[in-house]
Amino acid sequence: MLGFVIQRFLQALVVMLIISLLVFCGVYAVGNPIDVLLSPDATQQIREATIKAYGFDQPLWRQYFDFLGRLGRGDFGRSFVFNMPVLELIFSRLPATLELTLAAVIGATVLGVPLGMYAGYRPDSLVSKTIMAVSILGFSVPTFWIGLVLIFTFAVILGVLPAGGRGETMRLFGIEWSILTANGWKHLLLPALNLSLFKFAMMVRLARAGTREIMLSDTVKFARAAGISEWTILSRHVLRLIAVPIVTVFGLEFGATLAFAVVTETIFSWPGIGKLIIDSISSLDRPVMVAYLMLVAFLFIAINFLVDLAYAALDPRVRVRSA
Amino acid sequence: MVLPENLVRFWRDFTENRVAVVALATVGLIVLLALAAPLIAPQNPYDLARLVLADARRPPGYIGAGGFTHWLGTDAQGRDLLSAILYGLRISIQVGLIAGVVAFILGASLGTMAAFFGGRTEAFIMRFIDLQLSFPAILLALVLAALLGQGKWQIIAALVTAQYAYFARTAHGAASAERPKEYVAAALSIPLPSSRVIFRHILPNCMAPLIVVATVQVANSIALEATLSFLGLGLPVTEPSLGMLIANGFQYMLSGRYWISIYPGVALIFLIVAINLVGDQVRDQLNPRLQR
Amino acid sequence: MSQPLLEVRDLVTQFDTRAGVVKAVDGVSFSLNAGEIVGLVGESGSGKSVTGFSILGLVDPPGRIVSGSIRLEGQELIGLEPSKLRSLRGRKMAMVFQDPTATLNPLLTIGTQMRLALTAHERLSTASASARCIGVLEQVGIPDAARRLEAYPHQFSGGMRQRVAIAIALLSHPALIVCDEPTTALDVSIQAQILTEMKTLTADLGTALIWISHDLATVSSLASRLLVMYAGRIIEEGPTAAVLRTPRHPYTQGLLNSLPSIAEPGAALKQIPGTMPSLSRLPEGCAFAPRCGYADAVCGFAPGMTHEGARGFRCHHPLSREGVA
Repeated sequence: MLGFVIQRFLQALVVMLIISLLVFCGVYAVGNPIDVLLSPDATQQIREATIKAYGFDQPLWRQYFDFLGRLGRGDFGRSFVFNMPVLELIFSRLPATLELTLAAVIGATVLGVPLGMYAGYRPDSLVSKTIMAVSILGFSVPTFWIGLVLIFTFAVILGVLPAGGRGETMRLFGIEWSILTANGWKHLLLPALNLSLFKFAMMVRLARAGTREIMLSDTVKFARAAGISEWTILSRHVLRLIAVPIVTVFGLEFGATLAFAVVTETIFSWPGIGKLIIDSISSLDRPVMVAYLMLVAFLFIAINFLVDLAYAALDPRVRVRSA
Repeated sequence: MVLPENLVRFWRDFTENRVAVVALATVGLIVLLALAAPLIAPQNPYDLARLVLADARRPPGYIGAGGFTHWLGTDAQGRDLLSAILYGLRISIQVGLIAGVVAFILGASLGTMAAFFGGRTEAFIMRFIDLQLSFPAILLALVLAALLGQGKWQIIAALVTAQYAYFARTAHGAASAERPKEYVAAALSIPLPSSRVIFRHILPNCMAPLIVVATVQVANSIALEATLSFLGLGLPVTEPSLGMLIANGFQYMLSGRYWISIYPGVALIFLIVAINLVGDQVRDQLNPRLQR
Repeated sequence: MSQPLLEVRDLVTQFDTRAGVVKAVDGVSFSLNAGEIVGLVGESGSGKSVTGFSILGLVDPPGRIVSGSIRLEGQELIGLEPSKLRSLRGRKMAMVFQDPTATLNPLLTIGTQMRLALTAHERLSTASASARCIGVLEQVGIPDAARRLEAYPHQFSGGMRQRVAIAIALLSHPALIVCDEPTTALDVSIQAQILTEMKTLTADLGTALIWISHDLATVSSLASRLLVMYAGRIIEEGPTAAVLRTPRHPYTQGLLNSLPSIAEPGAALKQIPGTMPSLSRLPEGCAFAPRCGYADAVCGFAPGMTHEGARGFRCHHPLSREGVA
């Protein structure tokens, strides 16, 4: 098992390096690399000083290593717009996004999997068909549209929930969390709901398909023949069997959810890194763009790594295969 | 694979599901309307010169300076919303289809070739595809759109780059299953050139899963383009897409002028959901594990 | 004589499919005494497996039991409340399936799976449940049972896995076990082993077996009585030795003739011409008539079951002792 972990870890490291190379080539080599670090209205003096300081007069491979070195020290440059170190900027906004994403993802799974299992267990019932119809909507309707409709219904027509912004926060472990306040929950509800719908739909469909297939399998028939109750079959056999594909998709979709937070944060004016990147793109704040890409890449790889581990923990056959 | 006979049976099974038939009809209707947009729209929303600012933000049913009724109201620039929606649908379908088709061709070719040649080529290509697939399409599209700038072809390029990987992976999976089959060895021993074997023999037999992916991806392209336009990164103001219309109308929603955002949104939803329903039915029919 | 353990009367199980109604089991009747081993033989599609499923109440939609009676220890099973039926399964009657790779959950240890089956009927602590499981595993011949309890199915060989499945069936000491082709998926040598072990095991425990198979050879070594099925009906029954020596139904004769073991080396295997009719379109009258060499006009009327002592056959032209109609 340890060998498996180390193997996956090294793979992850290699991928990280490749990504850093791609980002470097993509952002630095395309267009004037100076523009990534300096705002367009810097004076000629500052330009020359920066060129020297960052070694832009050096060969490309040398620059790449300097780049890696800077990343290692956590130096992503300074944001043009906010005039503060990018890393600091990102970390100040990260908790908001994490809060939103976690709420969305956990909500989607905790609600979606049981509903999907029920739909798979009784595929022809009215409840099941309704659940599937709703999931199709959650799947196909673009996130921004649902956000719009939510704001329209709850904030404009009904007026019960706020139309945007983050609620009051409370400090815990040195970070501001809004889930610790009631007001925070009011503000979190709609954006989390918006963000979770896509994943919810996916979880429901996955759980339903898996459950339906497994209920027709010999494993379930044999368990029934032994007199095991339907509830036990569902909770001990079926759940365990669909856990594998669900966890895999959970991990992969976590990244997608994080990405979609960009849209939700824009609509609901949620002060997370998603909104930050959109604002940065429109204001061409390149250091922030670079840092965002690297961070997202890192998160992805970390998530993939964790999913691989979970996979091995859930399915004992995997450990044997890759040994 | 004898096409005509399979198609007839496919069609017959398809028409058994009423929802799918309604969805297909909806798609057909929308496509027709979009194609006929220049003919039936009361106003050309691209012609900025003809827009009258006094007509801006008017509710549905208002009779504007042009002398015709704005059935769905007007937007912030005084554009007739009905016309804007028709033209917007046109652009959305165009972009979605072209991006889907190009991604299909690119991805399917790449995946099939990787499966055919095997060895290091295959490993290299597929690792790259896997890497790309672990990135969400929206982020890729976002970054590319930002780098390439606004414009129809830039958006299509961004969408294609974000989506070809799905086709590549599906094609690779199907082609890998076909590669060891006898007809491939037979074709190669004639000898037929590799390119011919790949494209005329292997690829046609991989069509089923690829078509399923294609229907999903066309809907996704349309949704993705709308999202990008909504965020201000997609099509330029001169070619208003549905996403942009919705974005523009967003601020007016809170003051009760809902039609500017809602109607384009409804049109978009109809299109996407209908395509997805058709795609669902196609997928169920082509799924060997659900065959009765 | 005491009441038979299992009494099946005129069982009819059908499947409502798009292509029509499939009568998988078309009026099957037989009984089973405690401790008896009966072989249910027939080719694919004859309805033997569905008969087994019907007894356990495991027929999945679109199939359903339409009519008839199944009495286990005097209790009627058809129409019984699902919860009561469930409590009987595993406790009074159990089933072993063909492919142990498919019946065992690959993601749970066999210990977990066994304990689940056990605690479905009794309240036991984990320790005592495990002890019981180890005991049964040793009975079915799994070495080092205590350690193997926490192993996963893929860590066992095919034969071992089937023994685990049999162990699970034996856990709550059922009076009846239905075995649906349990050795078909295994190596021939393992087959023989498991057959002999089953024989001694069930004799020791007094368990009755219904052994479903398409393979006359394996069944004959185990069963004391044979039931031959064709197109959803039982067409011959009787003590094993007698049926094998002097079959009364032409189909049984055909089956015996096609066995490789009695064929002359080098000669072509004898086959029964034709194929079994589709169960959704059974011919009027005797279902075997189209393939039977002895059929004539009277076979257009469905023959009933004729009983001669312990023997039974469903034929208008049964074979005599000399093997001629």
